[in-house]
Amino acid sequence: MPKILRSKEMKKCLGCFTCMLVCASFNQKNHSLIKSAIRVRTTGGMSSNFVAIVCLGCSKPACMEVCPSNALVLRDGGGVLLKADKCIGCRQCEEACIVNAVNFDEETQTPIICHHCGICTRYCPHDCLQLIDV
Amino acid sequence: MLNEKFIRVLYIDLETEKIRIEQREDLLKYLGGVGVASKLLLENIKSDCKPMDAEQPIVFAIGAGTYVFPVLTKTVAMFVSPLTGELGESYAGARMGMTMLMAGYDALVITGKAKKHSYLSISTNNVTVKDARAIWGLNVSEVGQYIREKERHAGHADGKRSIVYIGPSGENGVSFACATVDTYRHFGRMGLGVCMGSKNLKAISIYGNRSIPILNHKKYIKLYQELYKKCTATEYMAKYHDAGTPENIMPLNKSGGLPTRNMRSGSFEEAGRICGESFAQKNLVRKMSCTGCPVGCIHIGMYRREFDKGHEYEAISVSYDYELIFALGTFLGVANTDAIISLIHEVEELGLDAMSTGVCLGWATEALEKGYITEAETLVKLRFGKAEEYRKAIEYLATGTNSFYQALGKGSRHASSIYGGEDFAMHVAGNEMAGYHTGYGSLIGAAVGARHSHLDNGGYSFDQSMEEFDEDKLVDMIFAEECERCMTNSLIMCLFARKIYDRQTILDALDSIGFELTNEELTEIGRRVYKTKLQIKKALGFQQKGVKLPKRFFETPSMNGMLDEAVAKSMIRKYAAKSDLLLAENSDES
Repeated sequence: MPKILRSKEMKKCLGCFTCMLVCASFNQKNHSLIKSAIRVRTTGGMSSNFVAIVCLGCSKPACMEVCPSNALVLRDGGGVLLKADKCIGCRQCEEACIVNAVNFDEETQTPIICHHCGICTRYCPHDCLQLIDV
Repeated sequence: MLNEKFIRVLYIDLETEKIRIEQREDLLKYLGGVGVASKLLLENIKSDCKPMDAEQPIVFAIGAGTYVFPVLTKTVAMFVSPLTGELGESYAGARMGMTMLMAGYDALVITGKAKKHSYLSISTNNVTVKDARAIWGLNVSEVGQYIREKERHAGHADGKRSIVYIGPSGENGVSFACATVDTYRHFGRMGLGVCMGSKNLKAISIYGNRSIPILNHKKYIKLYQELYKKCTATEYMAKYHDAGTPENIMPLNKSGGLPTRNMRSGSFEEAGRICGESFAQKNLVRKMSCTGCPVGCIHIGMYRREFDKGHEYEAISVSYDYELIFALGTFLGVANTDAIISLIHEVEELGLDAMSTGVCLGWATEALEKGYITEAETLVKLRFGKAEEYRKAIEYLATGTNSFYQALGKGSRHASSIYGGEDFAMHVAGNEMAGYHTGYGSLIGAAVGARHSHLDNGGYSFDQSMEEFDEDKLVDMIFAEECERCMTNSLIMCLFARKIYDRQTILDALDSIGFELTNEELTEIGRRVYKTKLQIKKALGFQQKGVKLPKRFFETPSMNGMLDEAVAKSMIRKYAAKSDLLLAENSDES
């Protein structure tokens, strides 16, 4: 059954950023947080709450609709998959996403797209993130 | 530098506002962290100048494995300590290590004095000295708020910026002013805050967004997975996450090693009211982590303060730990979790080291009681257990309200040398004591330790594990552990993880990111780094044999019974002989 990523328990977040570290390490073979598809940030300093900016796995993805080169294709279960060889780096997907979940990689000039692999959920020490059946 | 064969050092001169970057292969033999920082401090100190002289350097360094492995989260700061007058060394977690790595610097060397009140903005592509005149004088939380707003780096994903900042104490010349990192972590001890203040430096913002490819993906991921599992699914780290370090209160109290009321006693009859469990039940609202650590040892405690009649409340929250509860709780006889949080809050906002603050106030309380000083000096009637008076005294201390508080702001050694009461001024070589009166290990460990901290060599831990006291064996253990920690602090490993990172794990982890080292080389690095620290101390005129210990250490029974001054002196002599041997070794030019 296809699954998508959710972040329902962010009040429990420790702010360790392990989710970002493993997303970048496993998916992009990079140590840098800028390569992560999931982004955790505060809402104003460390004493505020943490929020996760993640792909919501739309069934009618706006990012896909605006893509001029069909580089984003619908993923089974929701969200999109990136066909990097077709991407021209126009950044329209980044703009179209209402939750700002498309993180653009300046180095490769392609978007970093969450494919709901769930590696972040497996390395979240406080169970803030979930992979749910759709 | 990760993936490179050099250490990348950013030199910043605040006076000329010029920078210089050096990529130094020669520093690789110091591994990183405290090794690199020690060498850079030794190269740049002006041993004939005072600690707060504009020419004195402040050095920051990250370790060989910072951020890429779990719990290698710390950044080290080294400087000439205004409190002890010699080697200054302090560690902080939060996000700083990760941001330095992402900005592309292993170490920063800051010299000179800015022409006006300033803050430093360091990013991957730029280093600038910016105007901070408007925020000079502000409390710590306000400074954080303004710098966060100003250093937004809009357009980039968040979470890669770190801010180090000081409060009024650092501006007002308090020798134990701390530097706060990202709200909840600190370069707490030995006065980094006042070193920054003396350079007209209110804050340092570091932002990094480099791409750092993983070169040996298979090896690295395998190691990472194992280490993550060890940190989260085993018992090694559980206590740090559960009730946290305050868990130590009850066992130390029971065994008589918990310094209470200026260490007139080693146990506190009301310890149960302020133990880890009490804080957890009454005040704990949240746990947090440093970047790259899945443990979550940062315990945030909150209490509701009534600031006016008519049900007017505000929420005060701070991070609390064992040492703060000791210094502002048991040492001052304060037996209420809310009151301790309010004292921690005061210390935080004004930018003081909580440990030195509590211990100095403990001395002042007893000095007042015994008539060495009067209320004309203290301005409030300091009495053990009276938190409100202590809260006011903390403010006087941070602002240097009168000559007494100015003297107290130079530490308990200095204040007692002026007003008397040296026998019960509880410092070791000028640094106020930590919360362990466990035996010769804690006392000698701090006396001979490079920064006179309980964490230099963990002597307090030997007191708790050694079955039968053996003077020579204990000296050897302290010396060996000091060297070992010089190595682990070059990684830089959080000390909580010392059971996770055994030698083989360290070698495997380093190997997976490109450091080919042997076990013998790790030992050699530890000794080389310690030797460098001893050279710094020597250059600054410090002699282990010259340490005078306050009498109270020998008057109040420790966890292991009454300590004998003659034994302590003998241990220091033996340790100093070992240090001299290391210093004289010419196998390796440092």
